[in-house]
Amino acid sequence: MKVKVLLFANLRERIGQSVEVVDIPDSASTVAGLRIHLMQRGGAWQEILSDMKVVRVAVNHDMAAANAPLNPGDEVAFFPPVTGG
Amino acid sequence: MKVSVQSDDFDLSTEVIDISMNTRTGAVASFVGVVRDIPMTLEHYPGMTENAIKKIVEEARTRWQVLDYAVIHRYGDLQPGDQIVLVAIASSHRADAFAACQFIMDYLKTQAPFWKKEHHPEGARWVNALEADDEAAARWKSLKQPQRLVQK
Repeated sequence: MKVKVLLFANLRERIGQSVEVVDIPDSASTVAGLRIHLMQRGGAWQEILSDMKVVRVAVNHDMAAANAPLNPGDEVAFFPPVTGG
Repeated sequence: MKVSVQSDDFDLSTEVIDISMNTRTGAVASFVGVVRDIPMTLEHYPGMTENAIKKIVEEARTRWQVLDYAVIHRYGDLQPGDQIVLVAIASSHRADAFAACQFIMDYLKTQAPFWKKEHHPEGARWVNALEADDEAAARWKSLKQPQRLVQK
């Protein structure tokens, strides 16, 4: 199934792109499953997602935990802790 | 009732006038955040950022009387002295206006997806999130909900 992966701030810069449609196996259809799928690419992907203490995840614009389920077409964003205001 | 994420600057007095039309309004509290001495670029998550701010405002409205409000946050390139964020709250009494304004700012800093990149002379760097900001937001959780401050 396909989901849309978005990256922001330093994560976007490390990977060099802000959006990608990713095809993941149905067995990996949670936030945690997607994370492992992306880390298996190695390189910068493994580095940016290795320490989830400094990564936040949102699914369809709502903050999501690791066990949150994913459905086809979901928008999954990875980003660092926020620093606005 | 206004939430705006925009690159353009804003005018405090215009926004305060706009939220003061209700005849029950007796207090307007506002906060303006300003860029200190380092130029910065603010990135956001279009769509989610607006929704996150609206949720924070709705949470504030379950706790305090909010007759009207304006929350504006800028993105893009900002220079020292530029305005970054405005939170303005109209209420019947000052206690609710002050509290709702501070609550929204504290939560905005930890919940709304914005990221600051500072442009130092030696190079650009992303600002790290502060534990102090998390603590400022967390202390509201210890208040009984919904919390109404006693009016004099």
